[in-house]
Amino acid sequence: MKEKTVNELAIGEIGIVNKIIGEETIKRRLLDLGLIEGTNIKPVLISPSGDPRAFEFRGSLIAIRKEDAENIKIKVL
Amino acid sequence: MNKIEKLSIKQKETKRKSAYTIALAGNPNVGKSTIFNNLTGMNQHTGNWTGKTVANATGYFEYRGEEYEIVDIPGTYSIMSHSEEEEIARNYICFGNPDSTIVVVDATSLERNLNLVLQIIEITDNLIVCVNLLDEAKKKKIKIDLEALSNILKVPVVGVIARKKKTLNNLLKVIRSVCNGKEKIYQTYQVQYDENIEKAIYEIEKIIMEKYNIKGKLARWISIKVLDGEEGILKEIEKNLNIQLMDNIHIKESRKKALEKLEKEDITKEAFKEEIVSTIVKDAEKIGKTVCKFENKDYANRDRKIDKILTSKKYGIPIMILFLLLIFWITIVGANYPSQILFRLFGNIQEKLIEFATYIHSPEWLSNMLILGVYQTLTWVISVMLPPMAIFFPLFTILEDLGYLPRIAFNMDGFFKKACCSGKQMITMCMGFGCNSCGVTGCRIVDSPRERLIAILTNNLVPCNGRFPFLITIATIFIAGTIGGIGASILSTLCVILVIILGIIMTLVISKILSKTILKGMPSSFVLELPPYRKPQFLKVLVRSIFDRTIFILGRAIAVAAPAGLVIWLFANIGVQRQSLLTIIANFLEPFAKLMGLDGYILTAFIFGIPANEIVLPIILMCYMQGTSLVNMEDTFAIGEILRQNGWTILTAINVMLFTVFHFPCATTLLTIKKETGSWKWTAIGFLIPTVCGIVLCMLTTLVYHVF
Repeated sequence: MKEKTVNELAIGEIGIVNKIIGEETIKRRLLDLGLIEGTNIKPVLISPSGDPRAFEFRGSLIAIRKEDAENIKIKVL
Repeated sequence: MNKIEKLSIKQKETKRKSAYTIALAGNPNVGKSTIFNNLTGMNQHTGNWTGKTVANATGYFEYRGEEYEIVDIPGTYSIMSHSEEEEIARNYICFGNPDSTIVVVDATSLERNLNLVLQIIEITDNLIVCVNLLDEAKKKKIKIDLEALSNILKVPVVGVIARKKKTLNNLLKVIRSVCNGKEKIYQTYQVQYDENIEKAIYEIEKIIMEKYNIKGKLARWISIKVLDGEEGILKEIEKNLNIQLMDNIHIKESRKKALEKLEKEDITKEAFKEEIVSTIVKDAEKIGKTVCKFENKDYANRDRKIDKILTSKKYGIPIMILFLLLIFWITIVGANYPSQILFRLFGNIQEKLIEFATYIHSPEWLSNMLILGVYQTLTWVISVMLPPMAIFFPLFTILEDLGYLPRIAFNMDGFFKKACCSGKQMITMCMGFGCNSCGVTGCRIVDSPRERLIAILTNNLVPCNGRFPFLITIATIFIAGTIGGIGASILSTLCVILVIILGIIMTLVISKILSKTILKGMPSSFVLELPPYRKPQFLKVLVRSIFDRTIFILGRAIAVAAPAGLVIWLFANIGVQRQSLLTIIANFLEPFAKLMGLDGYILTAFIFGIPANEIVLPIILMCYMQGTSLVNMEDTFAIGEILRQNGWTILTAINVMLFTVFHFPCATTLLTIKKETGSWKWTAIGFLIPTVCGIVLCMLTTLVYHVF
């Protein structure tokens, strides 16, 4: 298992959150949504303008921009 | 007197005397406001939290002879960070002293919602968990064991379907028994952190209990925040409870010791923060797994299929434009008839008024001034503004209720990011198509203050309902009129689409320029929930859009239209040497207007049309026909004749259309900008940006036209 960011997941591919890095505000925001270690995350939609993508996790669908998603480190199944 | 006392006294003074106060909390999109509306009916008032741009709704209801006050606090995912909404929610739950806090949770995503419940349960015992959207959960084959949830949390849990009023009875019963103390809540669920962290919390808690006589949960919660050391929250606690935390020598010392001990156990400050958040999330997950049963694992499939189409690369944006066009079309076509009825109705009253004025021998100048000036302009604005708004806003609110608006933001975010802004700005622009004033208020959904300000300042660059009919009339006369038949209506529709797209492009360009100059900054983070699609509640939509938006805007417009009517009448009737003041101003503006490919009267009409864009054309016609009151003409052909006789060419038409889209906001919008930004400076900038755009564009087209 090697470490990747969630941006490297293809649409429909599931990853497991390993760590959230980055600046405090965005980190907090992602954590508040339940993105903690061990959470399954799956990109399912991509905006017509190419970015952001929408991710499914903990039963919700959340749109996150590439720059912010960069902070979500994952383990790939 | 400390803050809490002040707060509660203030509430009692300004509001009615209610036996109990209840706070209504929850994640966004969980039907909090439906519950609020169904409990309080029309018995509510909305405003802002003191000094904030976040809306505050307070309502009242009676149950079994006792009155309850219910406060709708902002919908948030968490109450740990320092966004404006979270701060308000946190402060109200902690320091507002509600008799009970209801946390509304979404049955279809209970696990994530429990996160907030567990955060609030750390602060207060008087908690009621209200599981909403049980019908949606049933559709998705999610079963929730409410009793088990209540047993775990040790607080009352009520299941409701908020849109069905009857189901709220159980909630009322529970509210009553919690408020009057019949149902004692004690020893609720408590999140247990890592053993070392618990020890550290205990050390601080001891001092806080001893020093400040703060008991129970609040002491524990404050201790966690002290260890966490987040300044913003600590300052709020100090302010609201009138205590000292970080400056208190005892607390300072034991904090230092506790942190050192934690450090030895490999728990750094950062690890501490993470441990707190993730323990709560994990607990929520565990509880969620125990009480929820998913009988159909692919419950979100239908939504995903719809999403794949509505956000697809090929169809996403065209579908969005189609939706908008459909709404405009219904609005414009549908508003025509009621507008005419209103015109006729007010016209009849006007005749009666004139008769009455003659009967009482009122001086002619006075009755003309009041009837042809004030009354006519006032009723004019109502006739042309009320019907389109009463149609547009319900339609727009349906899109909102369906859950489509966040998808618009999702589709457009890429473009807005390039302009250093947020995709949510697109939603505020869509509202601006209905009414710029509403669009400006709608900018509250944009999180970052910088991006919100940009959204407010640029909102007027998209044309509102008041400008569309004018645009269509001009396009029909001068651009499509040359062809005739079906081709004509297609061509005029195309013109309007072109204008809309131009408005959107200009918004992006100006936003980018602002981001690079006076409002420098990088795009902030963009995290947006795309909620499940839901069936709109038509009745609620109607009530909400009529009361919250239409009447509100109309009120502001009327307040401006009445004095403006007087001014217009005076300027059209008072004159020097047989020239009305209006003509004198027009002549003065003529040279400048010529540079813009317009004429003096047109520019004058735009200036006097500041109360409402709808009266620009009537003023132009009034000037051309040398009249002394506004002119109402339904026949597009006749309007065309008059305009042509007064020297309008295709260039005039194009420039008038450009200037209609790009000129200063109407008075109502300006007032709203002032209210939202709280500053005349930004209001002035909001005035200048579109005006300068319009002047430059018109001069450019005129230059190009004359060169070729």
